[in-house]
Amino acid sequence: MPIPLSHILIFSTLLFAIGLYGVLVRRNVIGILISIELILNAVNVNLIAFSRAHPLNPEMGQVFAIFVITLAALAATVGLAIVLALYRVKRTIYADEVNLLKW
Amino acid sequence: MLILASKFFVYAVLFSSLVAALGVVMLPNLFHSALSLVATLIGIAALYLALQAEFIAVVQVLLYVGAVMTLIIFAIMLTHRIGDQTIPQKNQQSVPAFLALAAFVGMVSTLILQSNWPVNETAARVDALALGKALLGVYIFPFEIISVVLIAGLIGAVVIARKD
Repeated sequence: MPIPLSHILIFSTLLFAIGLYGVLVRRNVIGILISIELILNAVNVNLIAFSRAHPLNPEMGQVFAIFVITLAALAATVGLAIVLALYRVKRTIYADEVNLLKW
Repeated sequence: MLILASKFFVYAVLFSSLVAALGVVMLPNLFHSALSLVATLIGIAALYLALQAEFIAVVQVLLYVGAVMTLIIFAIMLTHRIGDQTIPQKNQQSVPAFLALAAFVGMVSTLILQSNWPVNETAARVDALALGKALLGVYIFPFEIISVVLIAGLIGAVVIARKD
């Protein structure tokens, strides 16, 4: 380990908190999707750091990091398709202006 | 001396990634925040290199910086009114969200620093060969599930986004 494990874990906690702040605060749906990518990257940093620090089964963390990257790409694809469909129907991409399902 | 320099390099990478991540959520122009996300992702790829996960670093650069960011920038270009600075980009929950997340970070950081993490220094290095063998050997079932999910997501994205 080049630096202590706890420092990497604090880094990924900060990254997760920044991404969650973006999800809570941004009005733009694409901004929310970008912040979700930050959160998934924080998860990946944790997986890689643990697989490096305490390898009961050294491949496991990296394999699941690959799965998380795949699912993140998939989430971005489907999410942006929904955003484009929404923009075509409502002419807006601001999350608080889309209130069709609220009453 | 070399170890000290590499430590300094890793901390510099972590710090600049965090600054770029703050830019992602703070910048008012969404295109700038997408570019800032590129900087964050490349910083995280450098961290993977420092943790000796070279294959994951390459996949990160190829998939995230190459594919996902292209997609996001396309979506921004297709929908965003970039020139319009009068539209507020944040809602009214900025201060409570910041306070709650500061409390969360403080609590989790205290827990992390107080815990005793067992660290095995003589870790076996996982190269791309071992990773491929694991992916198609022990983890073949989640691998196949992921491929089914990918097909489903591909069809779903096309169906949702097409004009009818």
